Amino acid sequence: MSSGRVVITGVGWVTPLGCDVDPVWSRLVKGECSMGPLERYDASTWSTGFASQVSGFDLRDRIGDRAGRHERSSRSTRFALSACDDAWRMAGLDGSRPGSERVGVYLGAGEGEVDYSSYIRAHAEPFADNAFDLEAFARAVSRFDAASELEQEPQLTSTHLAVEFDARGPNLNCMTACAASTQAVGEATEIIRRGDADVMIAGGSHSMIHPLGMTGFMRLTAMSTRRDDPMHASRPFDVSRDGFVMGEGAGIVILEDLDHARRRGAAVLAELAGFGSTADAYRITDIHPDGKGGAGAMLGALEQAGIDPRGVDASGRPLVHWVNAHGTGTQENDKIESAAVRTVFGGLADRVPFTSIKSMLGHLIQAAGAVELIACVKAIETGVIPPTANLSEVDPVCGLDHVPNEARDLNDAGGVSVCVSNSFGFGGQNDSVCVRRFEG
Amino acid sequence: MDRAVVITGIGPICAAGAGADAVWSAVCAGRSGLGPIGSFDASALGMALGGEVAGLKIRDLVPKGYRKATKVMARDIELAVAAARLAVEDAGLTTRGSDGGAQGHAIDGVRTGCQIGAGQISADPVELGRAVSVSMTEAGLLDTREWGTEGEGSGGAMDNLPPLWLLKYLPNMLACHVTIIHGCEGPSNTIMGAEAGALQSIGESLRVIERGDADICFTGGAESRLNPMGLVRMRLAGRAGEVPAGADPACVVRPYDGSSVGVIGEGGGMLILEESGSAAARGARVYARVSGFGCGMDTRPITPGLDGLGDADEDVGLTRAIRAALDDAGIGAGEIDAVAPMAAGMPVLDRRELGSIRTALGRDGFETITLTPFAGNMLAGHGGVTSAVASMAIREQRLPARLNTGGASVAGACGARDAALGHVLVCSGSYGGQAAALVLSRAS
Repeated sequence: MSSGRVVITGVGWVTPLGCDVDPVWSRLVKGECSMGPLERYDASTWSTGFASQVSGFDLRDRIGDRAGRHERSSRSTRFALSACDDAWRMAGLDGSRPGSERVGVYLGAGEGEVDYSSYIRAHAEPFADNAFDLEAFARAVSRFDAASELEQEPQLTSTHLAVEFDARGPNLNCMTACAASTQAVGEATEIIRRGDADVMIAGGSHSMIHPLGMTGFMRLTAMSTRRDDPMHASRPFDVSRDGFVMGEGAGIVILEDLDHARRRGAAVLAELAGFGSTADAYRITDIHPDGKGGAGAMLGALEQAGIDPRGVDASGRPLVHWVNAHGTGTQENDKIESAAVRTVFGGLADRVPFTSIKSMLGHLIQAAGAVELIACVKAIETGVIPPTANLSEVDPVCGLDHVPNEARDLNDAGGVSVCVSNSFGFGGQNDSVCVRRFEG
Repeated sequence: MDRAVVITGIGPICAAGAGADAVWSAVCAGRSGLGPIGSFDASALGMALGGEVAGLKIRDLVPKGYRKATKVMARDIELAVAAARLAVEDAGLTTRGSDGGAQGHAIDGVRTGCQIGAGQISADPVELGRAVSVSMTEAGLLDTREWGTEGEGSGGAMDNLPPLWLLKYLPNMLACHVTIIHGCEGPSNTIMGAEAGALQSIGESLRVIERGDADICFTGGAESRLNPMGLVRMRLAGRAGEVPAGADPACVVRPYDGSSVGVIGEGGGMLILEESGSAAARGARVYARVSGFGCGMDTRPITPGLDGLGDADEDVGLTRAIRAALDDAGIGAGEIDAVAPMAAGMPVLDRRELGSIRTALGRDGFETITLTPFAGNMLAGHGGVTSAVASMAIREQRLPARLNTGGASVAGACGARDAALGHVLVCSGSYGGQAAALVLSRAS
């Protein structure tokens, strides 16, 4: 029987600032950024020839010999395996796991990026005299490796996690662009609440740092072109922001039914108290200008958590202590998300810290939401909110409490107990989760 | 507290036809829609046969003000958008996307969700080939310096791709276009679970309505792998085989028969799910109740790159999904009157699937609804189209014709016939190992 309450008992991530939870958190609190010129191909002529990359990642360093099975797995899958292994061990599940069918996986993992050179070659070679020769295409694809091709399918990441952690319960993968891993965490929470699993591995992973992934966003003019100064290119809420910086990585949390966690004596990190999901239903390229979709997602998450966004505690402090923004650093997102925060918190809006760690990590696309959720868990644990880096001059159309450049230690004010994390996807999916300090 | 969920509209589009009546009449008459692929010459790939949707003119199926957006719709998106329109019209509902004169009950957008199963969408090979072919090194690699050279006029070949190129191929764009056209502002999701994806989406819609987060959901799936890269990938995934030259298209796919060859089709199957009380209040026609949903995972999937399962005779994820769906519906295995499985027509897959159904139901000789001989394996669209046909079967209390179906445990080919259908099981595994099952029940 489900207790109806869902808690987080393990977290793990792979980020451009590192893979171990606490050292990365320390770097975020210090306001360190992780951008640099593209390492995997020559993009020195590109307007966006930089990104926030996971450098020197070797799965063998993370999970030992088990990595041998994953030589052909996608980069995204390998990130997820590393993050999940950390989360699983932190949750202490090796010694006290439930039956396989009571453990599920819900990811917002992106497509794998495998073997782009063969892929591009298979498209280039058949094209001659303004026509596409299918015979030549057939010859080119006959050299494809079946396994590597399949590893591109996004649900293969959740397949590999299920195999590696013997999770035979519900297994789903959603792809709602930049909202995906927050949505995955939210839906996984609902699966546990309903009693359909005791433990869910949830989160996401993604890497679009390859020529076609970068091309897609460059053509949309969504990314920063601050090529002379990549380290300061991700500038959420700043007047000079000019787009997001592509990142990559993974974030995995272990969600667990509270009674189940208690029975096995697990240490509870935080409670996943609320989830809200809406669609803008507006345009595929633009966010609804009044931000009602984002506001609806936040309000849904807070309502489920039973928290009044306009309420204050006995000391007059707002009940929500941090809104971890979607905060991409595009002109449109940051303006409209700020408006949504005003809609939700009303007169309290400028007293609720509203920051973006994408200023430091870049935008991890489908993995962003889960990584940002883990940051909320760490904020609750430490009482500190990381800054929005690179925030020299707050854009007045944003103009909230963006915690510029210096972390804020809230321990003297009573710590951090309630956080909201936002993720909004291209095309209008909006997802928010509310995470709360666990109190039995 | 318990909110029951019913199907009030169906929009199937596949090689056998477009719309509830056309598809139903084809499957009852035993008319297969499989044939040579017409949109390009796939014979070089050894896969000339497919289940192609003919005559889909997407511009005519969207509101006038939305026609421009059809330029950024890959075929998968077109199928989802078209199927959603058919479903909402069939449900007798109107949305902001309905034609001016349309009659019906107007939806409340804030209370309307959308969950769609989708697949990886392949880039148009001609468009991409044209762009990259001028930017290759002598070694046959992309010349990235040239490809991305910055600057108006002197720009690199990257600029040969249209600005919105990426948006044609993002899998979430199926649901995005549907929500935008119809004004669905409730929870929206895109689930990637290959052949199980549409069933997972319908299951999630069921839960969203049950828990009160929406009263209506557009749900189902759509996918088209009828393009060069899509076909190649599905062949590599063991979802389709080489069709012998001169074979009769209507006889190639033979579910549960060792001589069968799988054929890829394209399809979109969208349903309207509605909370039963509000459906009753508006006097909606009800096809069936969605009474049970279950998921499972075989941690030994049979994709070529993963640890192999070559001769396994059961998909344990599918077995669990069926049992979970039966439990959720609160019925025993003996109460299932017909099964609408994937029936891919690839012998190794069919054997596993059949093993699971026999184990979960504890018997042989069950009735089946198998669509692959009519329309091919529609991947993420398959569960949507199958659920639509199963809904129709329950409403009509009639089973469609079985084409080519055979094997030791499954009844052979026969024509359409009346049948008492209280509960129909719709189920599928997938090439990633994800499995899902639904129980659709006659509405009381």
